[in-house]
Amino acid sequence: MDRLLVIFNRELVSYFSTPLAYVFIVIYVMLSGVFTFYFGGFYERGQADLMPFFSFHPWLYLFLVPAIAMRLWAEERQSGSIELLMTLPITKFDAVVGKFLAAWCFLGIALLLTVPTWITVNYLGDPDNGIILASYIGSWLMAGGFLAVGSCMSALCKSQVIAFILGVVTCFLFIVSGFPMILDLIKEWAPMILVDTFASLSFLTHFNAIAKGVLALRDLLYFLSFIAIWLAATIIVIDLKQAD
Amino acid sequence: MIQIRHVSKSFGGVKAVDNISFDVNPGEILGFLGPNGAGKSTSMKMITGFLAMDVGEISVCGFDVQTQTRSAQQQIGYLPEGAPCYEDMTTRQFLEFVAEIRGFRKREKARRVESVIENMNLESVWDQRIGTLSKGFKRRVGLGQALLHDPRVLILDEPTDGLDPNQKHHVREMIRGLSQDKIVIISTHILEEVTAVCTRAMIIDDGRVVKDCTPAELEARSRFHGAVTVELGNPAGSRHLFAGLSQVEQVEVDELNSRITLFARHGMSIINQVTNKVHEQQLDVEGIYVERGRLDDVFRSVTRGDT
Repeated sequence: MDRLLVIFNRELVSYFSTPLAYVFIVIYVMLSGVFTFYFGGFYERGQADLMPFFSFHPWLYLFLVPAIAMRLWAEERQSGSIELLMTLPITKFDAVVGKFLAAWCFLGIALLLTVPTWITVNYLGDPDNGIILASYIGSWLMAGGFLAVGSCMSALCKSQVIAFILGVVTCFLFIVSGFPMILDLIKEWAPMILVDTFASLSFLTHFNAIAKGVLALRDLLYFLSFIAIWLAATIIVIDLKQAD
Repeated sequence: MIQIRHVSKSFGGVKAVDNISFDVNPGEILGFLGPNGAGKSTSMKMITGFLAMDVGEISVCGFDVQTQTRSAQQQIGYLPEGAPCYEDMTTRQFLEFVAEIRGFRKREKARRVESVIENMNLESVWDQRIGTLSKGFKRRVGLGQALLHDPRVLILDEPTDGLDPNQKHHVREMIRGLSQDKIVIISTHILEEVTAVCTRAMIIDDGRVVKDCTPAELEARSRFHGAVTVELGNPAGSRHLFAGLSQVEQVEVDELNSRITLFARHGMSIINQVTNKVHEQQLDVEGIYVERGRLDDVFRSVTRGDT
């Protein structure tokens, strides 16, 4: 645990030691603003909530989170520093989880910087802040899910670009698996239980449930176990491929 | 002590390391020699627990590398090939990170980092990003990282590769200056390094240990061992003079460097005969010396390089 924290610290500090982190945060905050106010019709809707803000998050994360995740392991393998890291007396769990938590915290910081949107909606009207809080938590959990997928993809490759593409494609699958048109496609022949399982794997199903203001254990467990499974996969991949 | 027993490793059907077994005892400085791709780095990666072996066992100071990986790694300081570091960190940040991972806190951490910065002469770059450092400094940061916890086992993969002669000298001095109870394994393809720092030399080829002896024994295997080289104005002209000596088996003339090398019959010392001859003939000699043996010669003869 002690060593996990050391890794966590190093990683988090390293985000802010290059301009990359600031660029990312600026892009993230700007894009979420653009989506909310232009495409989301924030003013036109005439409703005091952050639905337009949160409903674009899955799509925003689809590209931005793999961009953060791609360097987690691919960079270490590219530069060879993975050999240094893995011959220090740490476990793979320490390394994988420490790195993941640092990146997740970084995304959390980026998310917190969208607070002006929340202030705006409170200034303009009287929104249900409970729902907004739940949505923030849901959004962060979803970012963690994307990140865990990206971490595994990054561990698979030496090239950050390929890690990014694999991450985007895999995350995309987990978004669209809840779409009616995809579900209709398998409803034709698959038994209902399979359709439900498929739908329940989708980020959207669970994120939308949380974004309605209900922080149900089911959805919480979904995201946490999703993260745990992908991190376990990352550990296995590192174990098999670290020296390649 | 390091024990290696019947270790093999292949990559996609190609044997990188083929059933090697040996021990290394405290106080030994073992030099791994071998052509590129012979299995030196692979062996080191397995000893440090980075790479899992297919079969065999390695124990470091009594800890099995595969089952007690972390305990074994605590005993080891490792400089991977090319000395990779986190380039976005400054020298101090990086060393502090390694110190923390090694379990040092507060004053002990500061003390360890200070002493590494001092020993490795890193004062001038302690606040500089590692990515902006020269190769020599980077290598020293990597070495510092490996020495920080005063490990019982030091494994250095090509520690002087790419350094200038002064830096090479510095690194060799440092390795020689390590305390006597440590185990040091270095890999190199610079043969002079083996005679300069190692107490034991091991030539690895095709994943197998083909030679395991002291550097002096290695030199003794050279056909140049005990040969006498004479530097003089007209070497070709003097060939017949030396060819007649009873204990000289063969004469080689190097016209380019004005040198003539005389090979002795097996195990004989010919220096007296040769100097007498030089006196007798009143030759204009610039230099005369006994060859200790040439390692590159031995190296070529025991590795597949000469086939």
